[in-house]
Amino acid sequence: MNIPSELKYTKSHEWVRLEDGVAVVGITDYAQKELGDVVYVELPEVGRTLAEDEAFGTVESVKTVSELYAPVAGKVVEVNALLAEKPEAVNADPYGEGWMVKIEVEGEPTGLLDADAYAAVCED
Amino acid sequence: MSSGCLRTPLFDRHVALGARIVPFAGYEMPVQYDSVIAESKAVREAVGMFDVSHMARLWLRGERALGFLEWMTANDVSKLADGKGQYSLLPNERGGTVDDIIVYRISPNAFRMVVNAANHTKDVEWLQAHNDRGVEIEDETDRTAMIAVQGPKALATLAALSDQPERFSTSALFDVLDARIAGVDCFAPRSGYTGEEGCELVCAAEDAGRLWDALLQAGVKPCGLGARDVLRVEAGLPLYGHELADDLSPIAAGLGWVISKTKEFLGCEPIRRAREEGTPTKLQGLRMAGRRLPTVGAKVFVQGREVGEVSSGVFSPTLDCGIAFAFVDASIPLDTPCEVELRGKREPATIVSKRFLRKRG
Repeated sequence: MNIPSELKYTKSHEWVRLEDGVAVVGITDYAQKELGDVVYVELPEVGRTLAEDEAFGTVESVKTVSELYAPVAGKVVEVNALLAEKPEAVNADPYGEGWMVKIEVEGEPTGLLDADAYAAVCED
Repeated sequence: MSSGCLRTPLFDRHVALGARIVPFAGYEMPVQYDSVIAESKAVREAVGMFDVSHMARLWLRGERALGFLEWMTANDVSKLADGKGQYSLLPNERGGTVDDIIVYRISPNAFRMVVNAANHTKDVEWLQAHNDRGVEIEDETDRTAMIAVQGPKALATLAALSDQPERFSTSALFDVLDARIAGVDCFAPRSGYTGEEGCELVCAAEDAGRLWDALLQAGVKPCGLGARDVLRVEAGLPLYGHELADDLSPIAAGLGWVISKTKEFLGCEPIRRAREEGTPTKLQGLRMAGRRLPTVGAKVFVQGREVGEVSSGVFSPTLDCGIAFAFVDASIPLDTPCEVELRGKREPATIVSKRFLRKRG
């Protein structure tokens, strides 16, 4: 299982890459494997303000629907338009091409996990 | 993994192939090996195999076995010749269904029955409780295994591994093709749960690994329960617990064709009434306008009025959209536009025939 050490994680299997006050968010390799083939991703509108842990979208696979939760509070500044046409990018490249939203971070995120702590969540 | 779960004789093979294992009907079963979509496509375009050893296999023997089966099951067992099977139901007294099953006549006094894993204990108890004719009911589930080989190339693949290849090209649906396949003695009826051609192979538990390996070697793709569910919904086939249940009418589910109109059987009166009077709802197909996944329990609306509820839903790789079964108001005709409420939003869909692939070119 691929858990890059430079990223932060949530217990609900999102990953976060913090770049100059903007958080790039997606779902982890573990999550995409659990879901199976992703066929649809519903993402929020650009400009929407999210609270930490707020549900902001859904990932749908052949058989399951899973909610996405905001790892950080802030304003959505970009969504990955590629996923409308190519949702399978979430399976093929969850930490790269399969990213989902960019959030302009407001305040200090709480409760993000480092790679080791997240690996422990996946072990359970 | 949860303890107390049973394993099929092929469990180690599934783990070695990297399958994701989930508990299902008391067994640890593979839900997918690599991709539900790839596995579904293999079955539609070539050949795939499913470990269905969790399904229960029974023998019913005795001079009064035929009469017992005529009373307990809905289809006309008397129409079966030796080596022929039929899809059927175990009805209850209330017009509902104990289980959907397949019955095979092996000889005039010996029948096999294959029933759902989830209803294994319930069915055996049900049959025993009504067995006042001294019929011998033997449960051979634990000492056998069952592998469904399905797809347009299934019969050719099996023929090439078989000691009597010609039988695979001359047989019809529900014919039993007893054969040695890859050196393994198999009870091999031409049946399945995918809408494609193929056989369900029953062999001794200790031979299952050898048979599985030979099929794998021949290029048959292992497929999990995820693909099995997608394929059966695409093919318009019901699943017990979703489209059939103790308190659901099989007439509403569109299974009138497997229910005898001539014989007397347990529960025939309420079923006959439902057939004559019609049921308030009827099982139909829903085809989503997009790729959204219709989920079980989602409400269906026509012109703003709630008319039904989704009973099964999958993403169809063959049709590239969400598809579902739903029990809807029986007065609504096919091809009616509707909306399905998913996660608080009403998504456009159409009420269609539940045989989603019938018009496929």
